Amino acid sequence: MFDSLSDRLSGIFDKLSKRGALSESDVNAALREVRRALIEADVALDVVRSFTEQVKEKAVGVEVIKSVSPAQMVVKLVHDQLVEMLGSEGQVIDLNTPAPVPIMMVGLQGSGKTTSTAKIALRLQTRDKKKVLMASLDTRRPAAQEQLRVLGEQNGIETLPIVEGEGPTQIANRAMNAGRLGGFDVVMLDTAGRIHIDEPLMVEMAEVRKVANPHEILLVADSLTGQDAVNVAKSFDERVGITGIVLTRVDGDGRGGAALSMRAVTGKPIKLLGVGEKADALEEFHPERVAGRILGM
Amino acid sequence: FTKRKLDDDTLQDLEDILIQADLGVETAMTITERLADGRYNKEVSGEEVQKILADEVNAVLEPVAKPLEISSRDDGSPHVILMIGVNGAGKTTTIGKLAQKFNAEGKSVMLAAGDTFRAAAIDQLKVWGQRTNSPVVAREVGSDAAGLAFDAMTEAKEQGRDILMIDTAGRLQNRTELMAELEKIVRVIKKHDESAPHSVLLVLDATTGQNALNQVEIFSKIAGVTGLVMTKLDGTARGGILVAISAKHKMPVHFIGVGEGVEDLEPFKSEDFARAIAGLAE
Ligand SMILES: Nc1nc2c(ncn2[C@@H]2O[C@H](COP(=O)(O)OP(=O)(O)OP(=O)(O)O)[C@@H](O)[C@H]2O)c(=O)[nH]1
Ligand SMILES: Nc1nc2c(ncn2[C@@H]2O[C@H](COP(=O)(O)OP(=O)(O)OP(=O)(O)O)[C@@H](O)[C@H]2O)c(=O)[nH]1
Ligand SMILES: [K+]
Ligand SMILES: [Mg+2]
Ligand SMILES: [Mg+2]
Repeated sequence: MFDSLSDRLSGIFDKLSKRGALSESDVNAALREVRRALIEADVALDVVRSFTEQVKEKAVGVEVIKSVSPAQMVVKLVHDQLVEMLGSEGQVIDLNTPAPVPIMMVGLQGSGKTTSTAKIALRLQTRDKKKVLMASLDTRRPAAQEQLRVLGEQNGIETLPIVEGEGPTQIANRAMNAGRLGGFDVVMLDTAGRIHIDEPLMVEMAEVRKVANPHEILLVADSLTGQDAVNVAKSFDERVGITGIVLTRVDGDGRGGAALSMRAVTGKPIKLLGVGEKADALEEFHPERVAGRILGM
Repeated sequence: FTKRKLDDDTLQDLEDILIQADLGVETAMTITERLADGRYNKEVSGEEVQKILADEVNAVLEPVAKPLEISSRDDGSPHVILMIGVNGAGKTTTIGKLAQKFNAEGKSVMLAAGDTFRAAAIDQLKVWGQRTNSPVVAREVGSDAAGLAFDAMTEAKEQGRDILMIDTAGRLQNRTELMAELEKIVRVIKKHDESAPHSVLLVLDATTGQNALNQVEIFSKIAGVTGLVMTKLDGTARGGILVAISAKHKMPVHFIGVGEGVEDLEPFKSEDFARAIAGLAE
């Protein structure tokens, strides 16, 4: 669908000076294409602006070495800057606190919270030999609690028994108690989807945080998200202080620029990637791969 | 803006507004160019500029704003609506909202729990069935979705239902094995009634960016999409990719989703949508 950035830049540089250092006008021309490529990859416009500024600073005056073309040179600068901004890899779930460690999942409706809850629980249980309890605090969406119960059953992960009529904070309380009494290492709290401008629901989320005092609060976000990613990430971070991001639907053919947007506005690490619907479809985050994908390489 | 000249800077600002609403670079540029045509370097007030912007966006959207037509069928078979889309877009919820709307119009509805894959997807649709007093045809988890759809058509016809809405599992359009399964569902529906499915509604999430274009293209190719529903417009996402989709595919847009409740479905109104994209309050 899109031309790769390298092709486009080669086209541009063919018309420009080919020797010596990259001039400001060379770089500006190249960055117009970079801007376009990033927007087409769904990177938020404000983030695109600061990104291209930073690349410009690094690129102007750089000597083009003989073995590479100016286009290749700029692509490398852009790629490296992307990797730097996307942050380091290997930021795993932090369990370094007395058990049971509460982990809370938050995000927009349908972003993949419940599925990711089960995926993370399964990983902690099988890889790290942790005893995990999952609880659904979603009392609103039809059959949401049942969904988590079934996922628990399918994957051999314990779930908190469903009690009709309880609210989210009550369930959180009961989950933490059950976690302590049952000798669980981790308690995963799956919450209802909410839109970041829905004030009552954002208040409710903050109340749950107070009750459970989660060690990790993970924002679960769709990697196909467009420009709105910045608003979502900023709002959730401001209201509960997220500790990391889980990107879902990375098995899609989206370019995934939302990853850069959310990372840039929150400064919080991308911890895990959802790459399918099944409980084992979870991968660690590698900035090079995500950068390459944003650039269509 | 206060009063300012429609020069390159202003046009760039307008293009940025469109980009931030997810129209994509190409569509945003086309629209600002059209806007500048004949007005370049003229003085205009800020409000005026946004109104012109909304008008240009509306010009693209107006032709696709079309109500969903339900055929009246004389052989007693139902109008079959197939609901498709990527994971979590809002298919099941939209079926619930539509059931409510059809009921209110005095049409009898039946639902088919065609998502036999995702955990508790059947239960979720059953709750919507209860809420809207609509019978739900379901089989056990893991059974063949195409077979379920076929059975539901038989049952809907026997009961003389006006409308049958078939839910499907969410699938990403690049997952070929899942798209093949969808193709099979359509094929089996046609075995029952050559003219069905009468409506194939693709549900798009307003927070989705440029990938929605791919979704429209591939789902259309596989399942013959007849119209679109855009959900989650109650947030801050403007759903501007719909403008790019309209410009390219002229695909009818029927409804928008504005919440999780049973009444949170509205007919698509191009003018309101365009005004929101241009940043004008409703
Ligand atoms: N392809 C793919 N599908 C996913 C992924 N993660 C979740 N899903 C699917 O996305 C849909 C929504 O996932 P849920 O886990 O129910 O999302 P949620 O955020 O809990 O939704 P609500 O509770 O309704 O807000 C389901 O169909 C999941 O199977 C992923 O990484 N890839
Ligand atoms: N705010 C808001 N939420 C919505 C809207 N439509 C659906 N939702 C929510 O989005 C989430 C996903 O909706 P579903 O109807 O389960 O989506 P789906 O496409 O059937 O999902 P899968 O079957 O898992 O692929 C649920 O939490 C819904 O309540 C809407 O218009 N606005
Ligand atoms: K989504
Ligand atoms: Mg959920
Ligand atoms: Mg569904």
